[in-house]
Amino acid sequence: MGSKKQRTLEGSASDISFRSAFILGNVITKLSAIIFGLGNLLHKQIIRGLLYFSIEVAYIYYMVTFGVTSLKNLITLGTVSQVEVFNEELQIYEYITGDNSMLCLLYGVLTIFITLVFIFALTGSVKSAYDSQRRKELGKKVLTFREDIRSLKQENLHKAMLFTPMVGIISFTIIPLLFMILIAFTNYDKNHQPPGNLFDWVGLANFKALLLENSMLSNTFWPILRWTFIWAIFATFSCYILGIILAVVINREGTRFKGFWRFTFVLSIAMPQFVSLLTMRTIFNANGPMNSLLRTLGVIGMTESVPFLTDPILAKITIILVNIWIGVPFTLLTTTGILQNIPRDVYDAAKVDGANSIRIFFNITMPYILFITTPNLITTFTGNINNFNVIYLLSGGGPDSLDYYSAGKTDLLVTWLYRLTITDKDYNLGSVIGILVFIILATLSLITYRRSKSFKEEEAFQ
Amino acid sequence: MRTRSLRSFISNWVVHIILSILAVIWVIPIAFVILTSLRAEGGSYKSYIFPRGYTLDNYKNLFLSTGSLDFPRWFVNTLIVSICTCVLSAFFVLCVSYVMSRLKFKARKKLMSVSLVLGMFPGFMSMIAVYYILKGFGLLDTGALKLLALIMVYSGGAGLGFYIAKGFFDTIPKSIDEAAYIDGATKWDVFWRITIPLSKSIIVYTLLTSFMGPWVDYIFARVILGADKVYYTVGIGLWSMLEKEFIEYYYTQFFAGCVVISIPIVILFLRTQKYYVEGVSGAVKG
Repeated sequence: MGSKKQRTLEGSASDISFRSAFILGNVITKLSAIIFGLGNLLHKQIIRGLLYFSIEVAYIYYMVTFGVTSLKNLITLGTVSQVEVFNEELQIYEYITGDNSMLCLLYGVLTIFITLVFIFALTGSVKSAYDSQRRKELGKKVLTFREDIRSLKQENLHKAMLFTPMVGIISFTIIPLLFMILIAFTNYDKNHQPPGNLFDWVGLANFKALLLENSMLSNTFWPILRWTFIWAIFATFSCYILGIILAVVINREGTRFKGFWRFTFVLSIAMPQFVSLLTMRTIFNANGPMNSLLRTLGVIGMTESVPFLTDPILAKITIILVNIWIGVPFTLLTTTGILQNIPRDVYDAAKVDGANSIRIFFNITMPYILFITTPNLITTFTGNINNFNVIYLLSGGGPDSLDYYSAGKTDLLVTWLYRLTITDKDYNLGSVIGILVFIILATLSLITYRRSKSFKEEEAFQ
Repeated sequence: MRTRSLRSFISNWVVHIILSILAVIWVIPIAFVILTSLRAEGGSYKSYIFPRGYTLDNYKNLFLSTGSLDFPRWFVNTLIVSICTCVLSAFFVLCVSYVMSRLKFKARKKLMSVSLVLGMFPGFMSMIAVYYILKGFGLLDTGALKLLALIMVYSGGAGLGFYIAKGFFDTIPKSIDEAAYIDGATKWDVFWRITIPLSKSIIVYTLLTSFMGPWVDYIFARVILGADKVYYTVGIGLWSMLEKEFIEYYYTQFFAGCVVISIPIVILFLRTQKYYVEGVSGAVKG
């Protein structure tokens, strides 16, 4: 089977858009938008038709019993607050449960998604009805259910293969994300915790408090944003430049034991990051090995200690230095692979022309590495803006500052987000920060990624 | 000629000395972990690196210990979670990446853009929402269910990380597929009988990376497992050894535990770093 059938099927009505299917379709096709599966049922595609019809029935049942209320609740986010009532008989206070705003929001989001599925089924029903109609008009055989199933291995393989991953992504990434984005527009903070209290929509108030007003929040946000950028720039370029230098030095002709050096440096990648970072934290502790080494060497007095992670400025420097320890091996690993791919004859030709090793590096090696690693450099930069591990494990964001709203001097936006949501339960502020981080990253990527060659020439190497 | 060889002799020496110094810097923290795991004297921070006495008791206690900090139990938990996670996520990743690489359909570009956009939100921004959804469905009621929830959280969104595997599939010549189509194979046959057998390396890579995830995660595990110490995974369990009430006694055992989970990861990594390099430089081949 296969190739012949595929040719006749491709370009058939199944590719048509919902609009044109609805406009071009006959009465039955149009009616399929109201009674799902009608077109299929009339064309004797019983199972397919029943499937569409049952989706419609299930949706209507859901909406009548639950969906409409939950949409209403999504708008109000609950009206009845939990109250304490004195029970005369038992002589105790009892709680009468009110509405739970959090559940209202969650069920509202779920209902919206179920509605989207319903709309998707609606377009599917019309398209499928039109497809059968066309086949009949052209005198072709209408597909049986068995053939539908078989098509999942052929022209509809993408649907079969994407189904489960998509369900996973929608339920564990998209719905939660949407839920959190909506929370940014509410006052769901530590003073409005369900089930005890209701929270409500507040529009853009959280964004205003964070960005515009001269409050403690905005006095925290802007310095943290600045440090996030300084950190990302230093962390990215220090590792990048030093890593390339190290790779080139190891790869140069005169260096012996190349494999040994690479192994030594790359070993640190293999260690789980929370182990290596917690070790670093111990080493730079006030009474840790680093300070006692300095004491023994007489650099500082016997009772003094260098505040590696407790002084605001010094902590930032220490973090960047430790990050070099973490990051350089990654650059080394990738650059080594690239270096070994540079054709030898290019070097030989350059040597014949009398170029010395420094000129070769700047005129051949460096442009080649830059060309290949630039897109990777962008992802590293965005990764560093979101670099939770290094800050959280090394300094925990500290030293804490009284000028800041629940943040420390070395907190990045993401670690602040973590603190606000996990420790403080200020979910609304947390998700505002998440959205702002998204806007920053999206802008950066749009500027750079769209321009990069690998995006434009995606298929150049197939 | 002689000055030139003298110069290269000196520069070789300088290079090797600098490399040795750097290598020592890079190895010290690793050595510190191993040495502390062998330290005989207990207690937490010491101001010296080399222990006064050496012992293997830390490892022995780690695996024989019971009570509130039950490392063997955590080990088994993590093993179960990571095996399920790696099978599920590898399945998701391979499906998505193959579809994105080979099957041409209308929504393909759109889906690629959506996945790019999703990747730009901070990963754990949605953590709280996930927690409430799982709680809403009653998946956080008992400890065993919590482990199931953890598997779902780790593998649920895995399909989004398809870039490296897609880059790999992009490099398999299309002419192989076309030859199979001419012989009458369906697209599924091509995927299952031709592409998959050619992709052992990327399958191994995908399986291993998703297997390692649960061993080193402490963020999601902490949110989902809460205070239920029996059902902890290794990452968060080791983390809890550093809490104030445990650190004095468990500090050396913590490092022993770190060494225990690091060894397999080191071996896996050293054997698969080739694919990592190919993934990073291969996806953007210029």
